[in-house]
Amino acid sequence: MTGETLFGLSGAALVGIGLYGLICHPGALRKIVAFNLLGGGVFLLFGVIAKRGGGALAVAGKGADGDPVPQALVITGLVVAFAATAIAIVLLRGLGERRARASQKGDGSSIQPKRHSGGG
Amino acid sequence: MTSALVVDGLLALLVLGLALRVTFARTDYGSAVGFMGYGLLLALVWVRLAAVDVALTEAAVGTGLTGFLLLGAAARLAPGESFDAPGAPGFGSRILVGLLCGVVAAGLGAVVLSLPDPAPTLAPLVAENLPPTEVANPITGVLMAHRAVDTLLETVVLIPALIGIWSLASDSGWGGRPGSLPLLRSSGPLTLLAQVLPPFGILVGIHLVWVGADEPGGKFQGAAVLAAMWVLVLVAGLRRPPAVIGQRLRLLVVLGPLVFLGIGIAGIWLARAFLAYPEGWAKPLILTIEAALTLSLALVLGMILAGPPAVDRSDPKVGP
Repeated sequence: MTGETLFGLSGAALVGIGLYGLICHPGALRKIVAFNLLGGGVFLLFGVIAKRGGGALAVAGKGADGDPVPQALVITGLVVAFAATAIAIVLLRGLGERRARASQKGDGSSIQPKRHSGGG
Repeated sequence: MTSALVVDGLLALLVLGLALRVTFARTDYGSAVGFMGYGLLLALVWVRLAAVDVALTEAAVGTGLTGFLLLGAAARLAPGESFDAPGAPGFGSRILVGLLCGVVAAGLGAVVLSLPDPAPTLAPLVAENLPPTEVANPITGVLMAHRAVDTLLETVVLIPALIGIWSLASDSGWGGRPGSLPLLRSSGPLTLLAQVLPPFGILVGIHLVWVGADEPGGKFQGAAVLAAMWVLVLVAGLRRPPAVIGQRLRLLVVLGPLVFLGIGIAGIWLARAFLAYPEGWAKPLILTIEAALTLSLALVLGMILAGPPAVDRSDPKVGP
């Protein structure tokens, strides 16, 4: 077994762990975190494929010994994942503020949404 | 070789252990802290996979900026529901989901174990086509020349994200300054840190962008460091985030993508393809685009961290 295979299996396990948290955790913030874990696993799988496809650049004396195309795509993916996470968190905070305001307005029992309506 | 494998194995175990901790942590805050540790260890894995550029991005964007947002949200939101909360799946269904997720992971693992050998690769093609771009870092070459359209869309996607965040402002808050950052005006050590660290941080950020042409580094990593320095100054209360209605802010936000797009469109006539560079001009044009993008990206990332505009009572102009 090589290091790449080891990290590839870790990436597969991370996808499983992230998927479990995404489905099973009732808290919306925890679902966002789990989604990022899942994404990390996918990126890691991609990185293992990049590492396996390397070698030619090292022979040509270009330094890196991974396939730069998947690596560049992972960098793109990380930034897009950050943008999506940021939007999700701001939505979540807006929801929390709205709930707090609704519960401040008198009884609030009819205004306040049910705790789990809408999921995450 | 075996000692390297032992280190790799320990690293993988640590990453998986932290991932489990993140998933099963009692509190949201513990989960966010665990996630940051997980991200930093994942950056080490990227180094082991000979992807230093990705490691820098993972540490700066995937861990630093995302972790900042998660910590802020965990601290402000009401305590999240734990696994025992009503509405959480019962014990039986959790076991079932766990088994199914295990099947997914096992399937992916089987794919990893049966990857084709020799691996399909684009590396020789990149090596062959790197000299015309005049950059020595193959990842920068791929990002800025071979797959430039991906990078263009990636930089553009951050602007809709920022617009989306701004559009979540309340009616009374619109046009004001972002109000999501915690303000810790009275903290002495933090103020000192926010005065001492930024000069070094800005230097590191610019260095990362500048060496990105030839060595690991690049605009995203550099911009993330610059944004972090800016947010440090904002959190310490030394400066205030600009009002989102400002024309100069909006111009600077779109400046980088506009320069990228302009040079790309000019390529239709000068180099006979969209996003192609005229011969001999590749490197100066790539550096121009990277410089403009760094400024815009740092600003956009900082404003995303600062959150939607809110009513700022200390400013009479935008007060209620």
